[in-house]
Amino acid sequence: MARWGMAIDLDRCTGCGNCMAACHQENNLAAVGPEQTEQSRAFHWIRLVREVSGSDAHATVRYTPTLCVQCDDPPCVKVCPVHATYLSEEGIVGQIYARCIGCRYCMAACPYNAKVFNWYEPEWPGELKKKSNPDVSLRSHGVVEKCTFCHHRVNHAREQARAEDREIRDGEVVPACAESCPAQAIVFGDLDDPESMVSARARSPRAYRPHEDLGTRPKVFYLEEQE
Amino acid sequence: MSAEHTVRPELGPTVSHDLSERDIDVLLASVEQPGSAFRVVTTVLVLIILGAWVLFSRQILYGLGVTGLNQPVGWGFYIVNFVFFIGISHAGTLISAILRLSNAEWRRPITRMAEVITVVVLAIGAFHPVLDLGRPERMLNIFTAGRLQSPLLWDVSSISAYFMASTVYLYMPLIPDIALLRDRGARPRWLYSFMAWNWQNTPRQREVLERASNIMMILVIPIAVSVHTVISYIFAMTLQPGWHSTIFGPYFVVGAIFSGIAALMVVMIVLRKVFHLERFLKEIHFAHLSKLLLVMSLLWFYFTFSEFLTAFFGNEPAEIRVFFYKFTGPYAIPFWGMVVCNFLIPVVLLSFRRTRTIPGIMVASIAIVIGMWLERLNIVVPSLANPRLALPSGFYIPSLVEWGMFVGGLATFALGFVVFARFFPLISVWELREGQETAVSETAERVASYLPDRLENAPTGETT
Repeated sequence: MARWGMAIDLDRCTGCGNCMAACHQENNLAAVGPEQTEQSRAFHWIRLVREVSGSDAHATVRYTPTLCVQCDDPPCVKVCPVHATYLSEEGIVGQIYARCIGCRYCMAACPYNAKVFNWYEPEWPGELKKKSNPDVSLRSHGVVEKCTFCHHRVNHAREQARAEDREIRDGEVVPACAESCPAQAIVFGDLDDPESMVSARARSPRAYRPHEDLGTRPKVFYLEEQE
Repeated sequence: MSAEHTVRPELGPTVSHDLSERDIDVLLASVEQPGSAFRVVTTVLVLIILGAWVLFSRQILYGLGVTGLNQPVGWGFYIVNFVFFIGISHAGTLISAILRLSNAEWRRPITRMAEVITVVVLAIGAFHPVLDLGRPERMLNIFTAGRLQSPLLWDVSSISAYFMASTVYLYMPLIPDIALLRDRGARPRWLYSFMAWNWQNTPRQREVLERASNIMMILVIPIAVSVHTVISYIFAMTLQPGWHSTIFGPYFVVGAIFSGIAALMVVMIVLRKVFHLERFLKEIHFAHLSKLLLVMSLLWFYFTFSEFLTAFFGNEPAEIRVFFYKFTGPYAIPFWGMVVCNFLIPVVLLSFRRTRTIPGIMVASIAIVIGMWLERLNIVVPSLANPRLALPSGFYIPSLVEWGMFVGGLATFALGFVVFARFFPLISVWELREGQETAVSETAERVASYLPDRLENAPTGETT
């Protein structure tokens, strides 16, 4: 059984934001609008965290695409009172929207701030409403949601492979963010397969995981040349 | 005494009347002569509460978006007030149980009010997490799909146990007083005759009541301690900076008892004035309680100091960010306000006999109640606002709905007291009576038993 993981090469990332846009389209994320964004309720499963360092004259801007890191020991799953968030057999942290009571304890417990909450009933202005992806369920107000590693694409690939009586090939599952990345900075695959591209990148000397010290064992790796 | 008086002397010794009829009239005045003030106050309070629910209806219609909550500050007033109100509830049952257990004779006019606070405030506090749910209609999932591994479930268990125990603990010592009201013909009669549980003051009944009270008072202490410990665990069990602390359990319990005693003092001073109880709630009762309050204030400071010094000295980036957010950042006013209200004001006012008067105690107690509310705010919001990731600090501005529910909660607290005072005596009449009949001789006996044995009575082994 696969153990899905992701490697993001920060040295390749240009900070273009395609991954955010693709994720929104793919996963039917609500368009909360500028007013809600002002209120710090921006709604993304993946977002670019911007860090500015250096002096005003020589500022360095660094973008980190941040998403749920799909911990193997997820702090959010531990605290959920109703088993609405869980760790699947393939290592994806899922959310059961129909069971979630909206207490937001998982959001408070997540050290990566990866989860978002539907403060109002989700809305899509104009044409966007007709463009929703039929593979991904819509959420209602009052529940928490999060990145699923595009698990509907994983399911699709698994069915395809089963029909053709073979294993899922490396690179067959591509989440929307990875697919849209013009710099090919994002690689997705099976971490348990030593031949896979993602394991090769995860073994790179440039690779690290966010906040490894917390013992959450994330499955998202960042690659970055250290100074 | 009224014509309906039905105590049957053959069933047991009739109560002696050391407590004069006029005393009893004063103690039962709130029940027997409620007057128009009761109606006015109740109406005002009910209107305030209705207003709060009208505001809250917007949240029911549109969702939690009508609050000031956001990402990352996903918890605000509802959770702050949950922790705050449940903290206040520790006044009651815990204090009354400890005072009963330690045979503190001065407890007699205090315990009833303390127990009422617990029950009223616990009901209000326990309701707050429901207000905070995105999908309150799915609340019962906690029972059908509950995970006992989640600290929230520990809370549900602990708070419901405490609510049960403290309700029983309030009701049991109330039975003889309800019987007294029944015998005096207070209305509605069905209420008192039903609730008096056929109390006839027989020796057997008194024995059962005493034994049951003793069991409850011992049972209630560990439950009360567990309640605020597991509330602290909601925060301490996460990895978040400012929350992940081993002293949170005792820190919360100390803060809870601290705020509880302060709220008790405020209530006692107000009710003493309103119902003319000066002869029963005397300066000495306040002096004793205020010394307890002073000790709790010092303990609170000790815990706070340890908590913040550890964070500062360790200098861990995530922790220090929360630390300075409180010390010098946007939460400096709530933080230093908390230190002034919880430590400076009470310690100054309660340390000196000249200021340890009823007005001084009132000021200190109100300061502590405000300070402890600020403490809850300082715990919940700054940690959420400062995530570990390199994100800008979050902000939180409570909306009108949240303020409305806060005021509504306070009004419910007042209404709880008004309604209780309308139907039941605020000071335990039979316990005061018992005190006058037996306490002096019992205390004298007890003190005599502490004194050194006389030579001729001592066991022979030790005299050689």
